[in-house]
Amino acid sequence: MYKIFLGMAAGVGKTYRMLAEAQAQAEAGIDTVVGLLETHGRADTEALAEGLEVVPRRRVSYRGVSLEEMDLPGILARKPELCLIDELAHTNAPGLEHPKRYEDIADVLAAGIDVFSTVNVQHLESLNDQVAELTGVRVRETVPDSVLGTADEVVLIDLTPEALVERLRAGKIYPGENVQAALDNFFRIENLAALREVSLRQVAESVEAKRLTFETTSPLGTREEKVSAEVPQAVGERVLALVRPQPSAQRLVRRAWRSAQRLGTDLDLLWVKRPREEFAGEVERQVTALRRLASVLGAKLLIEEHDDLVAAAARVARERGTTYLMVGESEPRRGLRRLREPLPQRLMRATPPGVDVRIVAHRSTNGRGDA
Amino acid sequence: MIEHVLVGVALAVGLGGGFGLARRRHEGRVRDAEPVHRILLPFTGTEISRRAVDAALRLARAEDAELMPAYLAQVPMRLPLECSIPNEAGRAMAMLETIEQRAASQGVPVDARIERGRSYRHALERLLDTEAVDRIVVPADSLNGGEGLGGDDLVWLLEKAPAEVLILRPAPGRVQPRLAAISA
Repeated sequence: MYKIFLGMAAGVGKTYRMLAEAQAQAEAGIDTVVGLLETHGRADTEALAEGLEVVPRRRVSYRGVSLEEMDLPGILARKPELCLIDELAHTNAPGLEHPKRYEDIADVLAAGIDVFSTVNVQHLESLNDQVAELTGVRVRETVPDSVLGTADEVVLIDLTPEALVERLRAGKIYPGENVQAALDNFFRIENLAALREVSLRQVAESVEAKRLTFETTSPLGTREEKVSAEVPQAVGERVLALVRPQPSAQRLVRRAWRSAQRLGTDLDLLWVKRPREEFAGEVERQVTALRRLASVLGAKLLIEEHDDLVAAAARVARERGTTYLMVGESEPRRGLRRLREPLPQRLMRATPPGVDVRIVAHRSTNGRGDA
Repeated sequence: MIEHVLVGVALAVGLGGGFGLARRRHEGRVRDAEPVHRILLPFTGTEISRRAVDAALRLARAEDAELMPAYLAQVPMRLPLECSIPNEAGRAMAMLETIEQRAASQGVPVDARIERGRSYRHALERLLDTEAVDRIVVPADSLNGGEGLGGDDLVWLLEKAPAEVLILRPAPGRVQPRLAAISA
């Protein structure tokens, strides 16, 4: 069992909650040790750790400086049932078994030891840029997002920004002399509100990813399949826009992005390229433009080569857990194509139940104004 | 005999019609393959002079060209140049939507862009590296000490831009109405 306590910032109570759960485990007779704990001198946290066995840190010398690091061999030799390892994003001193602490944790888990650990959301690689843009502060110690995916449970330690600032003012997070600087920089209410939103979304996505993995990996006809079929659909939304490399796609992307923003979710763009479709000249230019726009928006541009647009879109929608599919208005159908079922209807039939299909009208260029 | 004549006439009409149709299609393709004229309208911030947009649209209409409004965004050094900029993008979207709406009412096709750079000039440089344009319309009010492109940038643009540059000066003594971003 690997449990990660995720927070939006220092001081929300990740370590405290981890210790509280560890104490409960210890009381239940589980052999629990502290592999590494960072109390940052907080009295409440230190008090809660009392009674738990601690594996002493080891001293490591690096460029003449003596550093304290977690004793991985010591933990493996002690072989408890549960080990607490704080701050998984930490970078180890050079020369140890692994460069990063989350890699040490992988070793501990591989030895059959359960682990409780903690991390702040800004340490997640994919969110690092976003958090830096929101807060103006960039953290150097990052971990791959997949680390969260390996956890059996991710527990979000949520606190309102106002309550966190209150804790900071009361000196519960940093010593008194550092409080004002923290309030003026990272711990601004607007920063914390943005970080809180990012954290909540991250956990929602992690739950969603697990649900999708569960649904796609469960064998057919099993109890799991029956259970998964009965599980209500995810609360989280996901938007997929079907684009073509042409200028009108820009408007579709803008509309889709706005919808994704309102829903508080991510946007995927999909171009289904016909196998023999030429990829040069104007097409290439428009694909480059789409790719750059996707990068600006933080959206993902997917290019699938397939003969059947509907089949490819349905497969991607299933894989990505799409709940909204957005398509541009079709060209007027002429000749035999009039007999064919319109694209939105075909998409409705092919995509999983619960996927809404929305048509974004072209903006008229004939003087009619907005479409 | 009459049947042979009728079949011959039918064949001639069919072949002639087919040839004519194919020729028209070919001409259409040739016309489609001609390079599209593009007018670039770079801008920064959350407003753009209505005069600049209207001038660019008038030009585009007269020359049967496509308008490329481009929002230039500055990415601070602490962030990677290619990082996502959702806040800036939100501002850009509203502006582009407004311009596109105006262009649509005048029948001008639009192909919008958002370009990032370490400075506005850098963003413009990156855009010009990847996009071929025939004219660049620069609103002068963005050059008058505002937050957008400055006088140095104009000199740079005149020297380096691979296109004609048109600088629009606001009418003297007249406050120009601006196109503010509106929610589309």
